[in-house]
Amino acid sequence: MTTLLPRAGARPPGRGPRTAARRRERLTALGMVSPAVLLLLVFFVVPVVLAFALAFTSARLISPTPAHFVGLRNFTLLFQDPVFFRSLLNTAVFAAVVVPVQAGLALGLALLVNTKVGGTNFFRTVYFVPVVTSMVVISIVWMFLYQKTGLVNHLIDTLTLGHLHGPDWLNDPSTALPAIIFMSVWQGVGFHMVIWLSGLQTIPADLHEAAAIDGADRWARFRHVTWPGLRATRTFVLITITIDALRLFTQVNVMTQGGPLDSTTTVVYQAVHAGYTQQQTAYASAISLVFFVLVLAVSLIQRFLTREKD
Amino acid sequence: MATTPTPAPGPLRRTLRRAPGHLLRTVLALVFVFPIVFMLISSFKPDQQIFADLGNVKAFLPVGQLSLDNYTAVFDRVPAGRFLLNSIVISAVTVVLGIVVNSLAAFALSRMRWPGRRLLLALVIATLIVPFETFALPLVWWVNKLPWLELHGFQLAFTEGWLDTYRVQILPFVANAFSVFLFHQYFQSVPKELDEAARMDGAGWFGIYRRIVMPLSGPAVATVAILTFLPMWNSYLWPLMVVQDENLRPVMVGIQYFFQLNVSWGQIMAYSTMITVPVLALFLAFQRSFINSIASSGVKG
Repeated sequence: MTTLLPRAGARPPGRGPRTAARRRERLTALGMVSPAVLLLLVFFVVPVVLAFALAFTSARLISPTPAHFVGLRNFTLLFQDPVFFRSLLNTAVFAAVVVPVQAGLALGLALLVNTKVGGTNFFRTVYFVPVVTSMVVISIVWMFLYQKTGLVNHLIDTLTLGHLHGPDWLNDPSTALPAIIFMSVWQGVGFHMVIWLSGLQTIPADLHEAAAIDGADRWARFRHVTWPGLRATRTFVLITITIDALRLFTQVNVMTQGGPLDSTTTVVYQAVHAGYTQQQTAYASAISLVFFVLVLAVSLIQRFLTREKD
Repeated sequence: MATTPTPAPGPLRRTLRRAPGHLLRTVLALVFVFPIVFMLISSFKPDQQIFADLGNVKAFLPVGQLSLDNYTAVFDRVPAGRFLLNSIVISAVTVVLGIVVNSLAAFALSRMRWPGRRLLLALVIATLIVPFETFALPLVWWVNKLPWLELHGFQLAFTEGWLDTYRVQILPFVANAFSVFLFHQYFQSVPKELDEAARMDGAGWFGIYRRIVMPLSGPAVATVAILTFLPMWNSYLWPLMVVQDENLRPVMVGIQYFFQLNVSWGQIMAYSTMITVPVLALFLAFQRSFINSIASSGVKG
C-alpha cells in the first residue's frame, strides 16, 4: 500500500522548526569543537607540517636572516655524521633489549600478582610506585646508587661475598648504556604489568577451569588458554614499549649527557642537542623526521607481524 | 606439576605451598621501592652519615642524626617554593582547561549530529600515533614566532615570541587527542534518552552537557585529570627548552638545575623527596583510579 503523506525527511529545506533546530545543533557543535580543533591546529598540525618543511631549509632558532630552501643538505650532513649513527645504534640496542625484557618481566609480574590469595592490590600498587615517580627524580637517585662506591656496588659486594666488584657504572662506556637500560626497565615494568593484568582479566575463568578439568597443567593452561587470550594486549604492549624505548631522552640527559664517548647518545638526544643547544632548528627537524619514520616503521612492522602469526 | 587431583589441603599445607610465591612477591616489592625509601631516608641525614650507612641496612633506616637541615638548605639555595608553585599552577590550569576543552569537543562528537563529525573523530584519533618528540623542536621554533596581545597601560600591543611564559607551558597541552577519545568513549555509555528528556524540558545542548552528561561522567573526568596531571607535573623536555627565567621554572627543570650546582647529596634527596612525595601521596590515596586510568590508556591500541 502506498501513501501520499510526505515522509519526515522529505520536508522542503529551509522551513519549519525542525530545520532551525538542526542548524542550531550544527552551530553549537562547531562552537563546542572549535577550542580543541584550534589548539590542535596551532600546537599539533602546524608544528608537524613545520617538521617536514623546516628540514629542507636553513632555519635556525634565532637568526637575523630568514631561512631559505637548501634541498637535502640537512639529510646528507646527517647521514655523514658518525655521532648520529652512534645514536641510531644506541637507540636500537636500547629498544632491542628493553622491549623483550620489559614485556616478559611485566607479564611475569602480572601472573605473579594475579592470584586469588589476596594482596593482589597491595603488590600491584607497590610495583607501580616507580611508574608515577618522575623520570628526572629516578635518574638522579639512581646516579647516586650507581656511583663507584654506591649502593648498587655495595649490594654486589655483599651478595657475592666480596668476590665481585661493580664498575663505575655511568662513567664506563661499556656499562653506561646497560645501567640506563636496567633502570628504565625497573621504572617502566609496573606500567606494562597493569596492562597485562587488564588483559588477563578479560580471559573468562571457566576457560581455565575447563582446561584444568581436562587435566592441563599450569604450563599447558598458560600456553593454550592464557597466551592466545592475550593477543590484543600483546600487540599493544609491544608497540607501546618499543615507541617508549625509541623516545629515550630524559635518563640520558640527566645521567650521562650522551657520554662517556657517545656510548649513551640517542636519536631524540641528538635532536634536542642540535635544535636547542646549537639552535639548528632545520637540522633538528631532519633528525625528528628520521625519528618519526622509525616510529612509524616499527609500529607498522609490529602490527603486521602480530597479525601474521595469529 | 602434579596432575592427579590432590585432596583439599589443610591450612598449614596451603600456607607452605603459597610460601614461595609470597616470598618472591615480597622480594620484588623491596626491589621496586628501595630507591624511593633510600631517597626519603637520606633526605633527613647529613652527607657523612649517608655515605657511612651505604654499606649496610642502615641506609634504609631512619637512624642516626636526623634533621630537616637538608630541607632548609634547599630553600636557602634555590627558590624551590617558587618552582613548586609554578608546577602546581601549570599542572592545575592545564588539567582544568583540558577537562573543559576536550569534553566539549567529545560531547559534540559523540552526541550531536553535524556533517564531518566522523571524519574529525578519525583525524583526532590518528594524531595519537605521532609522538611529541617528532614535532617538539619545530614547535620551539614556532612558539618563538607566535604573537601575543598584551596590555601596556591602556594600549593593546602585539608582542612576538612565547618563550619564558606560563602560557607556553600550558596551552600546547590543553587539547589532547587521547582525552577527547576517552570522553567520547565514556559519553557513549551515557543513555541518549536523557538528552531527549532534557530537551523536552527545554534544555539547550550546552545545558545537557553541563547538567546531565558531565555530572554523570565523574570517572572519565578523574581519568583525564590523572592522565593530564602526571605528565604535566613530571614534564621536563619541553620546559627545559622554552623556559630560562628562574621565576617561571617548574620543579623538574628546577631539580636538574639544582643538581648541577653540585650541592650535597642529602640536599638533592631532600629536593627529590619534596617533589615526589606529594604525587606519591595522591597516588596512594587514589591508587585504584590511578592504576585504572593508566591501564585505560591500554585500550587505545
